[in-house]
Amino acid sequence: MKTVRLIFRNRLAAAGLVVLGIVVLLAILTPILPLADPDVTNTANRFRPVFAEGHLLGTDHLGRDLLSRLLWGTRLSLAVGFAAAVFAAVIGAGFGIVSGYFGGATDNVIMRGIDMLMAFPYILLALAIVAALGPGLFNALIAVAVVNIPFFARNIRGVTVGIAHKEFVDAARLAGLSHTRIILSEILPNVIPVIVIAMSTTIGWMILETAGLSFLGLGSQPPQADLGSMLGEARGALITNPLTSIVPGVMILVIVMSINLLGDGVRDALDPRLRSGALTRPRAATVVDRRAPVPAPRAEGVLTMTDLETQFHVGARVYRAVNKVSLHVAPGECLGVIGESGSGKSVTALSVMGLVASPPGVITGGSVRFRDAELIGATYGRLRELRGDRVAYIFQDPLATLHPLYRVGDQLVEAIRVHHRIPRAEAWDRAVALLKQVRIPNPESRAQSYPHEMSGGMRQRVGIAMALANDPDVIIADEPTTALDVTVQAQILSLLDDLRRERGLAIVFITHDFGVVAQLCDRVAVMYAGRIVEEGPTRAVLDAPAHPYTRRLIACVPELGAGRRRLEAIPGLPPAVDRLEPGCAFAPRCLKTEAVCVTREIGLAQAGNRAVRCLFPETDLKREAAE
Amino acid sequence: MTDALRLEGLSREFPVGKRLFGKPKGIVHAVRPVDLSVEAGETLGIVGESGCGKSTLARMLVGLLPPTTGRIEIEGKPLDTADPAAFGKRIQYVFQDPISSLNPRKTIRQVMEAPLKRLHGMDRAARERRIAEIFDSVNLREEFLDRYPHEFSGGQAQRIGIARALAAQARILILDEPVSALDVSVQAQVLNLLADLKRELGLTYLFISHDLAVVEAVSTRVAVLYFGSVVEVGRAEDIFRAPKHPYTKLLADSAPVVGRPLSAPEGRETELPDPLNPPPGCPFAPRCPRATEACTGAMPALEPQTGHRVACIHPLG
Repeated sequence: MKTVRLIFRNRLAAAGLVVLGIVVLLAILTPILPLADPDVTNTANRFRPVFAEGHLLGTDHLGRDLLSRLLWGTRLSLAVGFAAAVFAAVIGAGFGIVSGYFGGATDNVIMRGIDMLMAFPYILLALAIVAALGPGLFNALIAVAVVNIPFFARNIRGVTVGIAHKEFVDAARLAGLSHTRIILSEILPNVIPVIVIAMSTTIGWMILETAGLSFLGLGSQPPQADLGSMLGEARGALITNPLTSIVPGVMILVIVMSINLLGDGVRDALDPRLRSGALTRPRAATVVDRRAPVPAPRAEGVLTMTDLETQFHVGARVYRAVNKVSLHVAPGECLGVIGESGSGKSVTALSVMGLVASPPGVITGGSVRFRDAELIGATYGRLRELRGDRVAYIFQDPLATLHPLYRVGDQLVEAIRVHHRIPRAEAWDRAVALLKQVRIPNPESRAQSYPHEMSGGMRQRVGIAMALANDPDVIIADEPTTALDVTVQAQILSLLDDLRRERGLAIVFITHDFGVVAQLCDRVAVMYAGRIVEEGPTRAVLDAPAHPYTRRLIACVPELGAGRRRLEAIPGLPPAVDRLEPGCAFAPRCLKTEAVCVTREIGLAQAGNRAVRCLFPETDLKREAAE
Repeated sequence: MTDALRLEGLSREFPVGKRLFGKPKGIVHAVRPVDLSVEAGETLGIVGESGCGKSTLARMLVGLLPPTTGRIEIEGKPLDTADPAAFGKRIQYVFQDPISSLNPRKTIRQVMEAPLKRLHGMDRAARERRIAEIFDSVNLREEFLDRYPHEFSGGQAQRIGIARALAAQARILILDEPVSALDVSVQAQVLNLLADLKRELGLTYLFISHDLAVVEAVSTRVAVLYFGSVVEVGRAEDIFRAPKHPYTKLLADSAPVVGRPLSAPEGRETELPDPLNPPPGCPFAPRCPRATEACTGAMPALEPQTGHRVACIHPLG
C-alpha cells in the first residue's frame, strides 16, 4: 500500500500509469471491439485520411483500416515486450543470483560468459541471433531477451553479493538449510524489488528493440501487424502520406514514455535508499523555529548551551531528541557527555553548529553561544566561517568522514585553505606538521596515502589532525574511540589529553564509556531521554552518583579486575522520545519511583558544582556541598 | 571431565591478490595452528584486537569456513566436513549484529522454525511447543513471533538470535561479540540471560569479545589471541590481574578503568604488524618492551600443557 501511495505522490509517474493503463486496457479489449479486420486489403481505398467514413484513422497503402491495425499491433508489441522482459529478467536474475551467491569459479565462468555477450553491440547481436534462427516474431522476442540478459545478470549479481555475505545467510546455513533453499527463501525475497525495478526501467526499451527488428522486417511477418512492422511498411510513403507513419510512431512514443515515467516512479518507491529520503538533500544548516525568547546564558564558558531544544518532526510525530539541555565548557576543560543510544547526546553535539539534518530536524528553542556570538539562528555564512575553524568536530567513524578518493594530505590542505588564504605549498607543510603533531609516523609519506591505506587508529589521528587544522577553540568529539581497539584508544585519549593541556582546547567528549570519562573528563553530564539528569565533577559523580539512573548505569558496566559475577542489569528499555510521559522519564525503570515522580516536571536541582534531576536522589547534594 | 570442544592444529590461510592462473600474490595467516580445548560446562573467553583472527576462528568452529589444516572434535567425535548443517545440531553461533543476522523479509516465527524443521524434522505441533518453550526461557513474549525484525530493539533482536541458536538444541554456543552492539544497560540484561541459560541447560560457551571487562565477568578461562596465535591461556580471575605475556599486560593496562590515571601504556607511534609481511619470530616482538634477539628467531610455543599457559620466551612474573 505504501508503495502504491509513493508512486502516486510522483505526479509524472501517476500520469504514466494512467496513460499506460488506458493503452493496456484498449489492447486487452481489442478482440471484442467493433473493429474492421486488420488484414483485409482494399487497394481501391488506400491512403484514406483521418475521419474517413468507416475508417477513423484512415487506411494504409493496401487500404487496411489503420485503427484496427494499430490496436492489434499495440496488443502484439506490448505482449512481446513484456514477454521479453520477463524472459530476460528470469534468466538474467537466475544467472546473477547463482553467480553472486556461490562466487569463486562459478562466478568467474558465468560472468565471463555474460561479458562475452556484452562485447557485441546489442543490435548487431540481435541481428545475428535472428539471422541464425530465421525471421519471425518469436525469434525476435528471443533475440531481444538474450540481448538484455547481461543487464539483469550484472545488476542482480551485485545485489546478491551484498546479501550473500549478510549474517542472516550464515544463520540460515547453520539452521541446516540447503543452498537451493537459501537462494529461494533468504536471497530471492530480498532481490525481488531490484528485479522489479530493473524490469520497469527496461520494458520500454525492449518494446523499442522489438519494434526495431520488425521495422527491419525481421520480426512480425506480413500481414500480421505490430508497431515496428507498421512503421516499416509505411516508410515508402513517408513523404507523400505521412499519416501511416505518424499513427504507429505516436503510439510507440506514448507507450515508451508512459512506461519510463512509471518505471522511474516504481524505482523511487521501491529503492530503499530513495525511500529513506536520500534524494531529499538536507539543508546546509538546521532549521531554527524558536517560539520562546532567546534565553540568556547562565554560565561562563567559551561554549555555552542554554535550554537547547532540538526536535525531529516526522509526519505528525514529534521526537524530542534534545529537551532543554544546558551545558558549558571552559578553555582547557574537558566535558564528558554520557548516555545510551537515543539519549540525545549526539544530537546535542550536532545542534551546536547547525549540523542536524533538516528535514526532519528542527531547533525549537534555546541558545548556543560561542564566546559572545549566538549560533542558533546565525546565517549559514557565519556558521560556515566558524565550522571547522573555531569549533571542530571529530566523529566516530573516520572511514566514513574522510573522502575515499583524495589523499589525506590534500583533505587537510582543503580544510586549512577553506578558512585561510595561504599558498598550497604552505598549507601542505602545515598538513604534514599536523600529522606529525598527532604522532603519525613518517608524516611526509603518510600525507600521500589514501584513507583505505591506513589502519583505524591512524585514520582517527587524521580525523583529529583535521579538527586541529585551524587551531580551534572548541573540539566536539562524538564517540571518537568507540570503533577502535583498546590499545589504540589509550593512545588517542592520551593524545587528546595532551592537546587540550598544551593548547587550552575546550573539549566536549561524547561517549557511553564511564572508564573513558573517568580518565579524560573534568566534568560529566549524564543524559537520559533527551535531558540531562545529572551533572558534576567527574570524580564526585562517579564516586557518589546522585541520580538512580547514573548509579545503576555505573553498576551494570563490568569493570576490569572485579572477577566473575552477575551484573546488575536495568530492566526495561529507555522510553521513545516521541511519547514522553510527564515527570521523570526514568520512573518506569526506577526502584525508588513514587506517585509524585510522574505527576509533574522535575527540575534540575543545583547544589554547589553538582546538579541532579531527581526527587529522591541517592546522595544528598545540598549536604555534600555544605561539607 | 570430557572436553566439549577440542581443536588440534586448527589454522586458516587466505590467499591475497588472486590471479586467474598461478599463485596468489601473498598469503595471510588469519589463524596460525591453534590447539585449544573447552571443558563441558565452562565458558572460554577469547579476547584480542581487530584482525587477530577471532572471527575466523569462530567461523571455522561452526563449519562456515573450512580450515586449512587441523581438526575439530565436538564431544569426543571429530567433525571433518565443512557442512554447517552437520555442525548445526551440536554447535551453534550467536552473531554480533543482532538485526543483520535476521532476514528482514521473514517473520520471527519463520526464523525460529527453520532449524526445527531442517535440523530436527519436527512437525508443526512439535515446533510450536518447542518455540513456546524456548521463548519462555529467553523472556520473550509469543506475540513477537508474527512480527518482522525491524520492529525490535537491539536487545530484543539479540534475544531472538539466542533463541534461534537454542532451537537447534546444540550444547555448545559460539558467542561472537554478542553484546558489543548493545547499550550498556541492555548488555547486562543479555549477559545475565546467557548466564542463566547456561546454568539451566548445561551449555558450554565460547565467548569472543574485544571487551576485557566483559570477558572477565563471564568466563571461566580466557585465551588471548594476537596476530592469529593464542599467546596466553589462563583462569579468568588471574589472566588480567597477573598476566604472563607482555601483550596481555598491554591489553590490561590499556583498558580504561575508573580511578586509574590516563596513560598511553606503549609508544604512541606503534602500529600493528602488516599481515602480508609478518615480522619474523614472535609477532609481538616489535612492540614488546622485553624483546631480545632470541624473540625474532621462532614463534614461541604455548607452554606448559596445562594450567596457565603462555607463548613467550620472557614471560612476566
